[in-house]
Amino acid sequence: MSVSNGKDLRTLDLRYDCNLLQIWAKRAGNGGEFTVIELEDVAYSYGGAELFAQLNLSLAPGSFHFLTGPSGAGKTTLLKLCYGELLATSGQVRLFGEDAASLPRDGVAMVRRRIGVVHQDCQFLDHLPVSENIALPLKVAGREDETGNNLDDLMMWVGLKAQANQTPPQLSGGERQRAALARAVIMSPEVIIADEPTGNVDWEMSQRLLTLLVELNKMGKTVLIATHDLNLIRTAKNQVSARVLRLKDRRLQLAGAEL
Amino acid sequence: MRVDPRQLLDLVVGDPQAERAVPPTGFTARLTLFTAAAMAFLAVFALALSMATGRLADRWSEELARTSTLRISAPADQAAAQLRAAITLLETTPGIAAARALTPDEQRSLLEPWFGPDLPLESLPIPQLVEIIEEGGGYDATGLRARLQAEVPGAVLDDHTRWREPLISAAGRLRSLGWFAILLIGAATAAMITLAAQSALAANAQVIRVMRLVGAEDGYIARAFVRRFTGRAFLGALGGTVIGMLAVALLPRADDIGGFLTDVGFRGAGWLWPLLVPPLAAVVAFFATRAAALRTLKEQS
Ligand SMILES: Nc1ncnc2c1ncn2[C@@H]1O[C@H](COP(=O)(O)OP(=O)(O)O)[C@@H](O)[C@H]1O
Ligand SMILES: [Mg+2]
Repeated sequence: MSVSNGKDLRTLDLRYDCNLLQIWAKRAGNGGEFTVIELEDVAYSYGGAELFAQLNLSLAPGSFHFLTGPSGAGKTTLLKLCYGELLATSGQVRLFGEDAASLPRDGVAMVRRRIGVVHQDCQFLDHLPVSENIALPLKVAGREDETGNNLDDLMMWVGLKAQANQTPPQLSGGERQRAALARAVIMSPEVIIADEPTGNVDWEMSQRLLTLLVELNKMGKTVLIATHDLNLIRTAKNQVSARVLRLKDRRLQLAGAEL
Repeated sequence: MRVDPRQLLDLVVGDPQAERAVPPTGFTARLTLFTAAAMAFLAVFALALSMATGRLADRWSEELARTSTLRISAPADQAAAQLRAAITLLETTPGIAAARALTPDEQRSLLEPWFGPDLPLESLPIPQLVEIIEEGGGYDATGLRARLQAEVPGAVLDDHTRWREPLISAAGRLRSLGWFAILLIGAATAAMITLAAQSALAANAQVIRVMRLVGAEDGYIARAFVRRFTGRAFLGALGGTVIGMLAVALLPRADDIGGFLTDVGFRGAGWLWPLLVPPLAAVVAFFATRAAALRTLKEQS
């Protein structure tokens, strides 16, 4: 565990120690006039049988959702529909009120800037140092000037300060996931979608990452996390009112109190 | 394809960091550099050829059109008399500015390429040549021939049209071939750079995926590749052009003989023309890479 400021994780108070969060907090708080992501009667197939059909989902602004389900149920696929990497084979996906299928190409890019994504297999530019990878969304959006302090704060928060100049292939699986989360949130996006963000990190770090997501949610950001880490879900439920969706047998159900 | 002038400007002054997103790939980089250099080298030669044939055609049509030659073959005892008669006749013919008998030295230098130096001209029955320089609209060749036949029986008038015209048309043809070669070189450069760009795009599918994931527009991703290839094509072409110009400059000169082959090259301001090759290569690379990139990005969506 690399905590460069030497403080005990559990006593670390986000509000004082992460400047960035304070800055973002001031910016957040746009009211919830519409659902940020909405799926209506959606079906998807990779060419063979449908992974799911007649699926409905709507994420209100500021909501916190977990998506669980057995491996291979289609969690990753569902998330990809939610940020426009895949298009539904039938039904409609609306991102920020707009039909994903009829978005122009640059419209998709604009949507991606409003949704921070932690991809299941992270996806970095392997020839660039971690710090540049994390700052990439700002650079691509022409907002490089915002990089400076934001990047330092964030690298510190995910405990990657020491690894800033290493390239992604030199990192461990857990470090890569932390870097992916940092990259997903650096733009202060309205929505954060994370696919198994704690799959490779130890318990303590997964708590830390969860805290970051919870804090972001408290600022009004919409969060959707696919995970099968039930402990993570239980911890989260103590901190935030999270709903748990379960994808199983081609259907999406609201998981009950068994968690 | 629509080109935003801002993007052209961007290319020159724009975010030099954008291309960092694309890892430098040795193979396509070397391929582009080499292709651009080789093509620029060839283009410089094609250009030199075009310009030389252009000059040649101009000179032939200009100089030869204004001059004719009279050849007098007479027995030695009549030579001087016939020459005098011919000169008098020519000088009184309307349309002829001057008529001048070539000196033995001049005649010898004309024959020198064929017979070597120190030719004993005096002992050979070489016809006397008279250079006729025309003025205004020229003279009436048929009338002159009739009068010559009567007064200078040993004279043959050659107004050069017989061999001038095929030469001029050959020079013109050669010149268009030169320009056509330059066009072909441009097209081949575009094709090869397109292939190199496509191979780079295919090799960097992961980069494109990541860029998409973080919200990069097609234009941004394309620019990263376009900058790379435009820069490389320019550098390669610059190298090829410099080598080509040096090679042209070092071609053996033999201006006194004035043969066509030794005339291939650039004259004066003509040396500025090959300098257009590198920027042109960059422009070709810009459009070729941009088209390839946007097409590939559209297909991969
Ligand atoms: N690109 C693809 N092409 C074909 N089948 C795929 C592709 N991606 C995923 N699948 C299949 O779709 C199913 C759901 O995959 P995924 O969404 O990754 O599930 P999960 O994330 O819940 O484990 C799996 O059976 C997987 O093999
Ligand atoms: Mg998955």
